[in-house]
Amino acid sequence: MTTVPPTQDAVPAADAPRVAHSLFAPDKRTASRNAQESRFRAYGLVAIVIALLMLVWLLFSIFSAGLPAFRQTFIEIPVQLDAAVLDKAGNGDPVEMASVTTIGYGKLIGRALAAELEAKGIDIGEMTPKDLVGMVSENAAADLRDMVLADPKLLGTTVQFKALAHGRIDGYFKGRVTLETAARDNMTSPEKLLLADKMVAAGLMEMRFNAGFLTMPDASDKRPEAAGLGVAIIGSLYMMVVVLCLALPIGVAASVYLEEFAPKNRWTDLIEVNIANLAAVPSIVYGILGLSFFINFAELPRSAPIVGGLVLTLMTLPRIIIPTRAALKAVPPSIRDAALGVGASKLQTVTHHVLPLAMPGVLTGTIIGLAQALGETAPLLLIGMVAFVRDFPGAPMSGLFDPASALPVQIYNWTQRGDPGFVERASGAIIVLLVFLIVMNTAAIILRRRYERRW
Amino acid sequence: MSLGLLFLTVLALAAIGYAVGRRRAMASAGGDMRKLHSLPTFYGWITALGVLVPVLAVSLVWLFAEGFFIHNSAITHIDMAEVAEDSSVNLMMADVTRLAGGLSVLEAAGTDIEAMKLDIEALKTALGEAGVAMGNDPTPGMINAAEAVRSTGKLSRIGLNVVSLVLALAGMAWGLRRITPEFRARNATEKVSLGLLIFASLIAVATTVGIVFSLLANTVHFFSIYPGSTFFLSPTWDPKFGGGSTLGILPLVWGTLYVSVISLIVAVPIGLFSAIYLAEYASRRVRGIVKPLIEVLAGIPTIVYGLFALITVGPLLRDWIALPMGFGNSSSTVMTAGLVMGIMIIPFVSSLSDDIINAVPQSLRDGSLGLGATPSETIRQVVIPAALPGIVGAVLLAASRAIGETMIVVLGAGAAAKLSLNPFEAMTTVTVKIVSQLTGDTEFSSPETLVAFALGLTLFTFTLCLNVLALVIVRKYREQYE
Repeated sequence: MTTVPPTQDAVPAADAPRVAHSLFAPDKRTASRNAQESRFRAYGLVAIVIALLMLVWLLFSIFSAGLPAFRQTFIEIPVQLDAAVLDKAGNGDPVEMASVTTIGYGKLIGRALAAELEAKGIDIGEMTPKDLVGMVSENAAADLRDMVLADPKLLGTTVQFKALAHGRIDGYFKGRVTLETAARDNMTSPEKLLLADKMVAAGLMEMRFNAGFLTMPDASDKRPEAAGLGVAIIGSLYMMVVVLCLALPIGVAASVYLEEFAPKNRWTDLIEVNIANLAAVPSIVYGILGLSFFINFAELPRSAPIVGGLVLTLMTLPRIIIPTRAALKAVPPSIRDAALGVGASKLQTVTHHVLPLAMPGVLTGTIIGLAQALGETAPLLLIGMVAFVRDFPGAPMSGLFDPASALPVQIYNWTQRGDPGFVERASGAIIVLLVFLIVMNTAAIILRRRYERRW
Repeated sequence: MSLGLLFLTVLALAAIGYAVGRRRAMASAGGDMRKLHSLPTFYGWITALGVLVPVLAVSLVWLFAEGFFIHNSAITHIDMAEVAEDSSVNLMMADVTRLAGGLSVLEAAGTDIEAMKLDIEALKTALGEAGVAMGNDPTPGMINAAEAVRSTGKLSRIGLNVVSLVLALAGMAWGLRRITPEFRARNATEKVSLGLLIFASLIAVATTVGIVFSLLANTVHFFSIYPGSTFFLSPTWDPKFGGGSTLGILPLVWGTLYVSVISLIVAVPIGLFSAIYLAEYASRRVRGIVKPLIEVLAGIPTIVYGLFALITVGPLLRDWIALPMGFGNSSSTVMTAGLVMGIMIIPFVSSLSDDIINAVPQSLRDGSLGLGATPSETIRQVVIPAALPGIVGAVLLAASRAIGETMIVVLGAGAAAKLSLNPFEAMTTVTVKIVSQLTGDTEFSSPETLVAFALGLTLFTFTLCLNVLALVIVRKYREQYE
């Protein structure tokens, strides 16, 4: 028999001084426990506040850097399209007129600008016409040339031409360029900026909404003011169409098989584990797969939306299969039993009853999967979408094989450029991307709220 | 016929097959549906499937095989002696493909390309005007090869059109001939459909096989031309495109781990504490608002975080911490990338932890509270220990996400491979180097390019192990309380 040790430590000695307790004043230990409690709660709150602040900070930084991209400085002047300069042969044949390069048109714009400044009584000081040409974007001459070649009847008339201002002038009004930086810059000068101020006062130059940011193609390194998202938006759209057309049917078919038909054995278990893992494979690995399989092995063209779409399809498939299976699982067995009971075959049960009931869940999962695919960058870098593409791809289907860019890749591309004007463009492009994502996710939420049934 | 038109034609044929099949079935039963084995629609479906399935299968294989045959027909025209010393057959073939595209463009513009082909100088200028950039000047061999590319391509497309249409019509005829009132159309349709469903679910398996195969094959190739000991043990990463580069993975692994650890240091406390607050303290309303807001962080594309690191966080850290304290003057640093990535993975930690804390049975909490513990004591001493395996799983998943992340480190961490302890120095990661070695016109024979596959395989294995481990832990944990 073991001896029980005396337990006198546990019980306070009878002669110990009694501590007076009050129900209204907590004792020291309770107070410290309570303090600990509120501290712990505060940690939680602080963590949430930090997370939300980060979100706000991120969005604020992107929006404040990107919103200016939607506004652009334009110079509006009447340009006299001198037939003697633009059409030396004088027969209005566009092929012959094409021999006049953008330099010729640039001179024309410079002359028109000088004339207009003189008419408005603005002193241009020491500036030469060549300096004046430097006020407008290098793209303006090309725009004017395209305009004339498209419509040779304009020759000899005077048109009201809206020219993009040079990126540095635009940057001056957006606060990116100051008189001090302009003095050290060989692409502009303080005089030009001061003249720009006078032109604004005279109403020749103004900042307005820039629709070209959404419609124009990319521009070269020295013309941030002319760079737009047109090709990238089309490229992204094509890829999303490819993903939707392939990933939705294949994903639904795979989920239906696994959820409704597959026997439970080792083989289907393997497929299931495999899909769970595919969802967590780093996206860049899909890029490697796309490069070595679609481009090197199957010899599909680089930079083509079809390849991007195929790679993103493979990446999106598990992300569609997982929610689709959950939606199918949520349909109660009684529905299936009832259908089978009145003589429907298994496939009829699924296509007539289970799948329509699961459709809201399937579509929600698909939209979210598409939204993820839309923002994915890394795999597209590897399949060559990062190339500089100025030509719009053709109409589908052959357009799917033309080189194009994509929204996230265009953003990456712009961050790699030297001119600071491109940072604004990249942030603006992110706003466009985020707007697309918000629209898609809102659609998914509405779909879920409205149509999802709980049994 | 273009691909799109062909596709539409086949679809139209299938639709016709459906309508005719249905009608024929009804006619064969003398208009009395009860005499048919299956519903009339099934006779339509089986005819339509008979048109579609063979055509789609054949054209898919055809399109993938086409490139291979075009390549082979063109390569015979290239004189191996013409291949420049610093170039290779593959680069030359890339030029040939461009040349073929350029010739088609010129032909479409109405240029006389037969005359052009004899005058290489004129061809060069014409191509330049058409916006076709070539690596090397075209040679007669290349022009012949390009012509072979064009003619084989044309031939292949004509062949595809003919074969597809013949198959579609044959499928329709065969399907229609089979239609009798006794034909079990429903069973046949369902058998074909089940086959299609199985095929769809096999695509996921094929993807994994494709990933593993493409990584392994190229990695084996890499190790056959580059010593494995240097790759795994050398502390320098110094690729030179002229050859003689040192490709040690250690600095890349170091950079990857360093960035990931910083991001976990940021994300785990924030994510865990917000999960605890949301699961245990927050009211239903607060939870309903805050949880989706935090999850927005996971829905933002990584390129956005990358730009955030590049234009906001990087310069901020440099101007306020690194420069005043003398740690360095770079704005692309391990710290920048780690911090921003930490923000990105907060929701991965918090969402999963939240689910897991919610799965802890209420009886455990009630027991602890009933004994007089405060809520925080209950959480720390009862709930968290019970949820610990699941939380570890969540952190592992977040870590795997951080290791595989690309865009944030490409834009935020810099490109210099370094083994350094200073977090305010630019370092680089495995993913960054995969991107930089594989972007641009790559050629799959030099170790400098192939190394990307070895890096990819390392990354794939690493994240796969982390994911499997995390899934096993989470699954075990869930079973515990079910």
